[in-house]
Amino acid sequence: MKRLIPLVLCFIFGIVMIATQFSPHPISKRVYEEVVNGALIISPFALVLATVTLIQTHATRILRRSDHWQYSFVVFAGLITMVVIGVPFGPKNTVFEWLYNNVQVPMDATMFSLLAFFIASAAYRAFRARTTEATLLLVTALIVMLGNVPVGNLVWNKLMSWTPWVDQASAAREWILYNPNLSARRGIILGVSLGVISQSVRIILGIERSYLGGGD
Amino acid sequence: MQVFGIWVAAFLTLCIYSFLYQDNPLYRFAEHLFVGISVGYGIVLSIHEGFIPLAWNPIWASLTGDSLSGLWKLIPIFFGLLFFARLSPRHTWLIRYPIAILIGFGAGIAIPNVLRANIFEQTRGTIEPFSVIHSQTTGTAVEVMPSGEFTVFIIGAVLMVIGVICTLTYFFFSVEHRGPISWLSKVGICFLMVGFGSAFGNTVMGRVTLLIQRVDFLLNTWIGSIF
Repeated sequence: MKRLIPLVLCFIFGIVMIATQFSPHPISKRVYEEVVNGALIISPFALVLATVTLIQTHATRILRRSDHWQYSFVVFAGLITMVVIGVPFGPKNTVFEWLYNNVQVPMDATMFSLLAFFIASAAYRAFRARTTEATLLLVTALIVMLGNVPVGNLVWNKLMSWTPWVDQASAAREWILYNPNLSARRGIILGVSLGVISQSVRIILGIERSYLGGGD
Repeated sequence: MQVFGIWVAAFLTLCIYSFLYQDNPLYRFAEHLFVGISVGYGIVLSIHEGFIPLAWNPIWASLTGDSLSGLWKLIPIFFGLLFFARLSPRHTWLIRYPIAILIGFGAGIAIPNVLRANIFEQTRGTIEPFSVIHSQTTGTAVEVMPSGEFTVFIIGAVLMVIGVICTLTYFFFSVEHRGPISWLSKVGICFLMVGFGSAFGNTVMGRVTLLIQRVDFLLNTWIGSIF
């Protein structure tokens, strides 16, 4: 009961989703749409559960006076403000949009732009052309970066002034992106996809059961 | 309100950049605010763009109208509510029901789509340039390529096939990597390094673009609003 019914549900939903995608019949299309909508209805509950867990974690931090517990109030303030304004009035509300545009978007962009500094220091330490493979990685990354910006063209032209490839920085970048890079990506995509398919078949047939967790 | 928004955004941007010096209370404030705001935004979107149009509206229409078909939506809501069984130690096992449905749904939807988009389309994309080469050499092509461009095209097409085969060989662990397999695998590593180098270069440029955008905001939009 505790493990068998979930396995049966998984099997039924998996088979239904496969079968409905191969059949153009109107009933099949209707079933497909209903199941997709059903999954879209179930998913937000998982998000709410995740939020409950987040609230529990921060409430525990406050109660135990853990390190930096005061900042948990800031998490609650942000969360409650967005939910109190957004849930009753909708995402088109002026205050909600103001918070999104002036608080979330700038912080999101700034957080990701911080990586520019750390990626540069990490590259300085990691990029040492000690082996052929490391040299390939280094040279490719440099060409791709140079080909992306106007100043890269100037550097490229200085370096390549003795070759016939002057003014070809962006062409070199494009050739790398659409040939050796794409072939490596295709190899990875094909490998990963075969893995996804085999794992999906294992899940549907009940061979892979790790998602059920431990216990009875 | 707009100027106030610019000041708030500038303050939060500077709070986050203060981390470049060291971890400090201003950064921690912005970091925690970011978590709270982002989660709140996610909840609002999933309710207004998922739950309300897909579940609430059909159920409300059923209760107020003639057709009861919208009441079917109570079934996924029931399974969704089982997620909260996680909060009761005695009933934690009930969470397996919605997880099993979502996993089965994901696995079922993945097989045909991955086959179509990632296996057939990628294989077609790898082989297709040879049909162009064939049409060029037999004179059946609509547009004839200049000879220099055609040579580069052939090199690219051959390189593509070699790269895909060698990369796949590197990930093929069913046979021991010795002899010719080992050589193919080593060539595969070289292609992978070029791929990783390109990904790294693009990531760096993407992050630098974001940095330029933030600095532009601070210098032009924020300081520009003062003077």
